[in-house]
Amino acid sequence: MEGMQRSIPQPQDGLEISSSPPDASPRLWRRGRASLEGRIVRWLFFGCALISILTSIGIIFTLVSQAAGFFFEVSLWDFLTGTRWTPILKPRAYGVLPLVGGTVLIAAIAALVALPVGLAAAIFLSEYAPSKMRRIVKPVLEILAGIPTVVYGYFALTFVTPLLKGIFPNILVFNALSAGIVMGVMIIPMVSSLSEDAMMAVPNSLRNAAYALGATRVEVSLRVVTPAALSGIVASFIIAISRAIGETMLVTIAAGATPNLTVNPLESIQTMTAFIVQLSLGETPHGSLEYNTIFAVGLLLFLITLVMNLMGYFIVRRWREKY
Amino acid sequence: MQNAVLFKPRLPMRKRIGAAVYVLFLLAMMVGIVGLVALLAKVIVEGAPWLSWDFLNSYPSRHPDQAGIKSALWGSVWLMGLTGLFAIPIGVGAAVYLEEYAVKSRLTSFIEVNLSNLAGVPSIVYGLLGLSLFVQQVFRGERVLLAGAMTMALLVMPIVILASREAIRAVPDTYRQAGYALGGEKWQVVKGIVLPQALPGILTGTILAMSRALGEAAPIIAISALVYLTFVPAHPMEQFTVLPIQIFNWTSRPQDDFRGIAAAGIVVLLVALLAMNAVAIILRDRHQQVRSDD
Repeated sequence: MEGMQRSIPQPQDGLEISSSPPDASPRLWRRGRASLEGRIVRWLFFGCALISILTSIGIIFTLVSQAAGFFFEVSLWDFLTGTRWTPILKPRAYGVLPLVGGTVLIAAIAALVALPVGLAAAIFLSEYAPSKMRRIVKPVLEILAGIPTVVYGYFALTFVTPLLKGIFPNILVFNALSAGIVMGVMIIPMVSSLSEDAMMAVPNSLRNAAYALGATRVEVSLRVVTPAALSGIVASFIIAISRAIGETMLVTIAAGATPNLTVNPLESIQTMTAFIVQLSLGETPHGSLEYNTIFAVGLLLFLITLVMNLMGYFIVRRWREKY
Repeated sequence: MQNAVLFKPRLPMRKRIGAAVYVLFLLAMMVGIVGLVALLAKVIVEGAPWLSWDFLNSYPSRHPDQAGIKSALWGSVWLMGLTGLFAIPIGVGAAVYLEEYAVKSRLTSFIEVNLSNLAGVPSIVYGLLGLSLFVQQVFRGERVLLAGAMTMALLVMPIVILASREAIRAVPDTYRQAGYALGGEKWQVVKGIVLPQALPGILTGTILAMSRALGEAAPIIAISALVYLTFVPAHPMEQFTVLPIQIFNWTSRPQDDFRGIAAAGIVVLLVALLAMNAVAIILRDRHQQVRSDD
């Protein structure tokens, strides 16, 4: 009875709740002593939240410990600067640059497609489209983001590559261009949706001020709204490119399995992710150097995407506080 | 007066530029839609002739006209069920903690950064985690369904947490205060008011997360490595394959017939995804209607 009375919120608690909900309610909880069940449940929920941290620790520990076996036999310097990657063919060479080069080539082609198109689509949706149209077009674009990547791989290999063969007769069956273009279409919704959110957050007073000075709609969109939303747009670019770097099945199916340090998009290449799949499909005994190789490549991939995701996260956070 | 002479509005010219750029923006918006339509058309045209009841009910085969997706289809059903079993309670629990219990501290802001980063980790990296931790350590080298489900649960957990948090945040604070005013303690308010109110939103987000799991192939390749399987797993400790891996396998073969079968497999996969998304959208719409009524 006593415990119950104490858990009844005091008037000033109620005021606190309505002024700043996320911080105030836990304080309210602390004032009363919770039942045994309540306390157990609280710790269970806390355990659930901790699992996300354990996952990160697990990822880092797994990658580092298995990659350590690799770097025991291959020096870090040779790995990062070598230009030949033949881990399963003799003579073996473990220079990761061809895989990194292939990954960068694909991501660059995808970015060339997705960044301008995604940004322009975002401007259209945010500044031009009537709200009815936006309500229809946005979900349709988001379907693109929900289609499994094997499907994009199939599409690149059986539809886009034959089309490209009409333009570039000497293009290979597996090539970087087709995979890159399809990857670009795949990440358009990531760019357009995040950029549009950033533009919608730009206050209307800025637009109205520019219109009052006699600016046209395009001028307002490109010279006022876009710069004002720039950090959100940049964050969307970074997150989309990071997604392109980590994407696996599309490149495995359409871009080939030839580690090849080239800038020619008509050639077959291999990305870091496609290499991991290639070795996973074959017989790689646990603990062998080949087995550890996929973890070394995985660690590099994880670090690259981690840096990009953190950049995106902090840029978005800064932009959110702006208006 | 002098300024008026220097400033040339050039309005007709600027309006023409404006119209041209407008067309460019419109075209840019169309690119994604055209890509989507082309993709769907290609898949349906190629896949439709191969679709039949036998296709759903046969095992993979070297002969294209006998090949089916039974093992992959049921493998996917198993995987989704087990993934949900792990991911949903833990994900919702974490969301409740972060929204209802957590006090702003260094630990909780670290959990925030960590969650947003986990959502961006490439799926193949989860596959490596599952291969090393679950397959090699927990299951002693056995590439079993349960290892795949645990890995997939970790992969979709950030999505479940994000969606559940949004649903919980959308419950008006006055509802909670009403609960406290009746003398309820935190857990009673969460159990009796917040969770039931947030349920439709949580379900919507959960279904979307599970549809992500249905389409993922990369982590399962790292774990199962198998793409040719002629039985349906009977329990979680058996080997398995899933729809996207079977599609990948067929796509990688040079014969045209197998490309057709791959397209048929894609149609099945997309229909399953469409059904899940339709359920999610219906749930969300119903939820919104309830809200706007009160």
